[in-house]
This record gives sequence, C-alpha cells and structure tokens, in this order.
Amino acid sequence: MADNILEMRGITKEFPAVKALDNVNFAVKRGSIHALVGENGAGKSTLMNVLSGLYPYGTYTGDIVYEGEVCRFSKIKDSENKGIVIIHQELALVPYMSIGENMFLGNEQGRKFAIDWGKTHAEATKYLKIVGLAEPSTTLIKDIGVGKQQMVEIAKALAKNARLLVLDEPTSSLNEADSQALLDLLLEFKKQGMSSIIISHKINEVAYVADDITILRDGKTIETLTKGKDDFSEERIIRGMVGREIEDRFPKRHGVKIGDVSLEVEHWNVYHPIYTEKKVIDDVSFSVRSGEVVGFSGLMGAGRTELAMSIFGRSYGTSISGTVKIHGKEVKLHSPRQAIEAGLAYVTEDRKGSGLILSNPLTVNTTLANLHGVTVRGVIDRDKELSVAEQYRKKLSTKTPSVMQNVGNLSGGNQQKVLLSKWMYAEPDILIMDEPTRGIDVGAKYEIYCIINDLVAEGKSVIMISSELPEVLGMCDRIYVLNEGRIVGEFDQEEASQEKIMARIISSDSAEKEKEQ
Amino acid sequence: MTTKTKILNFVQKYTMIIALVLVTAFFTWRTGGKILMPQNITNIISQNAYVFVLATGMLCCILTGGNIDLSVGSVVCFVGTIGAVLMNKNLNMWLAVIIMLLVGVAIGAWQAFWIAYVKVPPFITTLAGMLIFRGLSNVVLEGKTMAVTNEAFVKIFGGGADCYVPDLFNGSNLNLLCLIVGIIACLLYLFFTVRNIAARKRTGLETDAAYKVAVKSVIIVAVVMFFTVRLAQYKGLPMALIWVAAVILIYTYITSKTTVGRYLYAIGGNETATKLSGINTKSIYFFAYTNMGFLAGLAGILTIARLTSAQPTYGQNYEMDAIGSCFIGGASAYGGVGTVPGVIIGALLMGIINIGMSIMGVDANYQKVVKGLVLLAAVIFDVVSKKKNG
Repeated sequence: MADNILEMRGITKEFPAVKALDNVNFAVKRGSIHALVGENGAGKSTLMNVLSGLYPYGTYTGDIVYEGEVCRFSKIKDSENKGIVIIHQELALVPYMSIGENMFLGNEQGRKFAIDWGKTHAEATKYLKIVGLAEPSTTLIKDIGVGKQQMVEIAKALAKNARLLVLDEPTSSLNEADSQALLDLLLEFKKQGMSSIIISHKINEVAYVADDITILRDGKTIETLTKGKDDFSEERIIRGMVGREIEDRFPKRHGVKIGDVSLEVEHWNVYHPIYTEKKVIDDVSFSVRSGEVVGFSGLMGAGRTELAMSIFGRSYGTSISGTVKIHGKEVKLHSPRQAIEAGLAYVTEDRKGSGLILSNPLTVNTTLANLHGVTVRGVIDRDKELSVAEQYRKKLSTKTPSVMQNVGNLSGGNQQKVLLSKWMYAEPDILIMDEPTRGIDVGAKYEIYCIINDLVAEGKSVIMISSELPEVLGMCDRIYVLNEGRIVGEFDQEEASQEKIMARIISSDSAEKEKEQ
Repeated sequence: MTTKTKILNFVQKYTMIIALVLVTAFFTWRTGGKILMPQNITNIISQNAYVFVLATGMLCCILTGGNIDLSVGSVVCFVGTIGAVLMNKNLNMWLAVIIMLLVGVAIGAWQAFWIAYVKVPPFITTLAGMLIFRGLSNVVLEGKTMAVTNEAFVKIFGGGADCYVPDLFNGSNLNLLCLIVGIIACLLYLFFTVRNIAARKRTGLETDAAYKVAVKSVIIVAVVMFFTVRLAQYKGLPMALIWVAAVILIYTYITSKTTVGRYLYAIGGNETATKLSGINTKSIYFFAYTNMGFLAGLAGILTIARLTSAQPTYGQNYEMDAIGSCFIGGASAYGGVGTVPGVIIGALLMGIINIGMSIMGVDANYQKVVKGLVLLAAVIFDVVSKKKNG
C-alpha cells in the first residue's frame, strides 16, 4: 500500500434536504500535491470542512485517517494541532494589522498577558523568507497587494507547523504572474516533503502542479487521475467534472453585425482617491462598437476595474479628466444614476460585496437599478415587480425555488445571473462586465457566455474585463491590454494570443523600469 | 414539509404576535382581567403614543444599517418647550403646531446633513444632538416648568381625561362613533384583501390558500372589534389613537410600497450595491434623519399636550423606548430588516408589560430589569434563529 498521509474513507455528510457528500473516498500520498476539482456544489469545500473539523465528528459518517490513526476532530484547532491547515478562498487577514501580527493571530508568541513582539517579528521574518516575501513583517496588510497577502496566508500556515496544507482556490484573485509564483512555491514545498491539497477551478494550473487529481461530482468521487498514468489534458478533466464533453468552451456568435462606435473614451486620467498624488489611469483612450465584445486584459492592479468604475459615474478616483462620448455625443457622468441614464451598466466583479443584496429576494435585486420600471409615481407595483423577476429568471434560466428566495441562498453561478438580470432590466446599451465568470463553474460559465452573445446580437456593446486569458481570447472581438494604468496594446481576435498579450505586459514593464533608471 | 417544520415556520413567522398574545394572557391572569378593562386599554394607547411615533421614525434610521438616533428624547423636549412658549404668548395653536413640526424638521435636517453629506457617524452626531437640545430646553425654560393652558390644543393632541373624539351619534352607554369607525376599518381591510387577491389572480400570480386568508381575516376582524367595543365602553376614540394610527398607516405604506422605502432597506442590505445601482444613498440617509426630526416634533406635540406642560426633563429615555421597540419588533441591528407593524407590536409589547406590572404593583426598578431582559431575549432570539437558517 502506498504511504498515505491522509485517507478519507466513505465520508457521507447530509444537510437538511441535501446529501452534500455521498460515500466519498479520498487519499493523499505523503509528499505529493493532490488536486480536488469539480463544479460548484460538487462538495469540495464541504469535504475540506469535514477534514478541518468545522463540521465536527459525529455530524458526518465515515473515517478520517491521518498519519495512520483515525481522527475525530471536534473543532478547527484540533486539526491544526495535528498539522492540517486550511487556507480559505476569502483571505482572512486584518487590514490594519501588520503582517507579523496577522501571522500569529490566535497563536500569539510569548505569554498570555505579555506578547513577545520581538519573537513575533523574528519568527514572522523567518517564514516570510521561506515564501519569498521581502516585505518587513511590520508592514500593514492593507498596504500590500492580494498576491502578497496570499503569500502571507501561506507563511501563516507554515508558522502553525503545517504538514498538510489545504488551499481553497488560492489563485482565484491572483494575476498570472502571482499565480505562477504561488504554484512554484507549492512545488518547492513538495521537494521538502510537504503534502498539499489544492482546490481550483483553473484546470491548467491543476494539471501543472498536481500529482493526483480527484474529481468530485454531485457529492461523489468520480475518479482519481495520477500523473504519468492518466491523461491530464483539460478536455479529459472537464469531461470528468461535468460528465460530458464540452466540445467548445466558448459558444460561437453567428451573424452578429458590428455597427457604429457606441462608446468612446478619450484621454481619461484618474487619480487614487486616498493617495491623490498617484495616477491610477494614465491617458487612456478606447472605443467600443455596437454588437462588439471588447476585452480588457491585464494583471491584477493594472487599473481595469478602476477604469471601468471611474467611467461609470465617477464611482472611483479623484481629479478625473477626459471625455466620454456615447453614440458620438459627449456626456458628463457624475453619478451612477447619470451613467445608467446614458445607457451604461457596470456589472461588478464583487457580486457579494457590491453587486447584490444577499439578504433580499430575487425580486428586489432584479429591479434595484431600474425601480422606476415597476413604479407609478413613487409607488411600487409589487405584482409587476414579481412578474419582471420571473421573466428574467426564465430568460437566464436561473435555478431557484422561487423569485422570493433570498439571493444569498443561491450558488455563485446563479447569483451572477441575478446580477446580470439586474443590469439587463436597466436596459443599457453598453455593459461593462467585470470578471463575469469569477468563481463559477464550467457549466455556468458557458451559460454566461451565451448571455453575452445574446446581448451583442441585440446590438448592445459588451466590455469584458477578465483575468482569464483563454476567456478573453475565446470571447472578445477586440482586446485592449492594460498595464499600470495605461493601454499598452490592442489586438484583434485573429492576431491575439496568450503569449502576445503577456509579452506586451512584460515589455511595457521593463520599458517603465528603464525610464525610471 | 413535515408537520414539525410547518409549526416551526409558523412560530418563526408570527413570533412577535405569539409573544404578544402570551404576555397579554399572562397579565390578564395575574391582574384578574384588569388589564383588558376599557380604561387600561385606552391608557396603553395614550401613554405610549410617543413610543409608537418615535419607533416608526427610528425604524427608518435603523433600516439604513443599524443606525440609531439618540437625540430624539431631547428633541421631543425642545420642540415641546418651543410650543409651550409660543402658546403662552397666545399664538394661534395651529400656527404653533406648524412651527413645532418645522422646528423638528429643521433639527432633523441639521443632523441629517452631517450624517449624510459629511459622513459623521450617526451615533456621534445624535449624541451631540442629545446634549445640545437638552441643554437648550433648559436654557429656554430656565429650569422651570411651563404650563400649557391652551385647552383646544390639549384636547386635540392630548391623552388626558377629556381627550376623545366627541361621539357624534350620542350613544348612551356605547360610543357609537367609535363602533362605526371600527366596523369601517374592518370592512376596508376585507375589501383590500379581496381586491388584492383578485388582482394577483388576474396577473396569474400565486395566491395564498383560501382557508388561510379566511382564518387570518376572521382573527384580525375579531381582534379589532374586541378593542373597538372596549374603547366604546369607555369614552370612545382617544385623540392620540387618531394621530398614532395616521402615522402607522402612512409609514407602513412608505416603507413597503414606495421607492424611498425600498431604498432604505436596500442601503441596509448592501450600501455599495445600492450606490452602484444608481441610487443617491446620501439623500436617503438625509431623508431618514430629517424624517426622524419631523416625527420627534410630532411626539413633542403629543407629549406636552398629554402632560399639559413643558419641563426640561421631558423626553428623557424616549430614545431608548423607541430603539428598544424596534429591536423587540424584529428590526435587525445590522439594518435592512424590519417592518412598521413589527415595530408597533414591539412597542405594544413593552407598553403592556409596563402597564401590566404597574397594575400588579411591581416596583418601578424591577420593571426596568424586566424590560431590559425582554429586549435582550428578543435580540438573542433573532440572532439564534438566523444562525440556524444560515
């Protein structure tokens, strides 16, 4: 028998009304990287929550065998003491505390009533070095980027003497370069004998880093693929996840006519809202035509979201200058209301934080940006609102028991559809979609792509901001490349490729550095 | 759905009403039915008129994200003081009433400006207001009591012995006007229920099962008629009830049917999302706190009319009564959740506990302890039941 650090045998976990895990078997070899993949709702996170003790022993059936002994964790601390550390998708760091303070939060160095700050920072520095972070441990979390924050999370896990590291979607908010660095770090750890479990939607990353891949579907283990023995191609893995072949991940657009310029932005400059000296967007000009899908590609922090939000009624930034023309006419957009009235919509990247009211039903969320559509002289026609919500639920085939359901209870993909419903009901001409498929599964992504195609077929324009290059390449007629607040490249669909886009970003970076010197 | 979950759902949906019934039943038992005597029912309404009015306004503030207004007690006092001074100078009472309401609105707008447009935290702004307007009341009254002698004013807004709607029909033992108003209210309720169902059927939307609607209607009509008869047996409709009913109806409508109401809930649910949906969130905050000032003005009018005087100590702890009623009535401390009827039930519950304990002769200090525990229990229940769902 292989030397397994962890075995989960016959795990079954039921929630009221649903069986989240159904007799799942899962084994991690010592010193290997094991990937766990599956669509949203397949049970990956539930399985890890069982492992960590968040769902304590007794609430599930089956055995967890770790280091050869059966474990019965009743709380997270129990599993952490054994060296199983989970890094969750949402980073759990306190912005106004330093890196060192964060790393030892709940694990303070020194005595209970006398924290030893010298030791704290010395230890922190030691682990930061391991993950390759040069930042002093006294830097505040809010002052470092998401990529570095993710590294701090890993350093924090190491500080807990992790022997089995579990990473839940570690790269979902990272750009390509940071993702690569993180994956390489995992490979480095593997060399030193660390075992890891990685949950990810990004199949190319999984194939790159994993030794074994276990595929979950509908709460069941479908199969485990092993490197060198099985095929690790994207098609093979996706087939396992969805139970069918997806021949084409991006639906074709047929006969969509690209018309006149609908949105034209010229010499757009934006400064940072707090550090008002810092230029976030630097002399950006671009245009979008009706019936066209235009992509904005770039690394995290390149200024894509900032560009979109500053155009959308100055929702971001200060000292904004430049002109916006819609259908050839210059418009002044000083508030989201004006932007919406001019025919713009901004579908946020952060659907939970700034897109939806999770505690409210689909009805309220669907009409929020266009409440006037269901009101007569300031009075809401509830029945009309209900039928509007119902209409969009059908149109986008949102899966929900009813439109009176609170959107917080829906899956990520369905929440995204509700967010789209809201903006479609506002009847814009130009939709800016910021990371429209972040954190949703393959099937739901395909549906979102179809909706985008329907929108441009109606003659609308779509601006798509995305960190996933294949998606930008597969969906967009034209692609702008943004780096450090400037447009550094523009490609047509035919000429664009992942390599060309990355090359453009890197060359502009080095050009910048030369200039500084 | 099993019977067990059905019962659980029912209990969760009607928690407050069940609590109200149980508490009423308890005091009916302990006071030998005294609490349901016509005079006591009248008292519950008159004595708590200010709580109903303030709690309604407080709900609008709380909906925006758990924001409270600590200044309302002081504003009540200050507005009352202004009114007393004006009427002592023999100003026309209606003019005085309008000025008092305007003063309320002005104070509300002053605080709302800082909260909405300068982003001073509501807690701080209204804490300052609490000190400022208490102090100003003292300055104007020079620390003394000022009597309100305008009889017409006291009759129309008061809750005292003679402050009832005169019986136009001269019923001998029963106040006929009161009965007729009660019957009309029931008929209106039934009319709107039927009309609503018809409209929903026409547009092809789901409707509640017929028996459910029938049971609900029968219960509501029975309760309304019971209290109407009780009131009629005493002196009829207290004037305070008219003002309270108007506030409840108008604000139930605003919060549930209008865009402004919807936006109050939306901000409490997710402020960024609301802002990005093209809604002027600042103006909604401004509305909530200006409106609070207006209702505090109204409460000030009701208070000096009931007590027929103005004193620098009036309105103390009124803010706590209002805030407590909101949370007992199911408003969320994080905003976005709560209804006017819920808050009114919360206020009623507090009122009944107050008067019930008074009749039983419980020491005033123990009354405070009990009220505090009820508030805590209500919020604990809210938090725990939410945790189970989530």
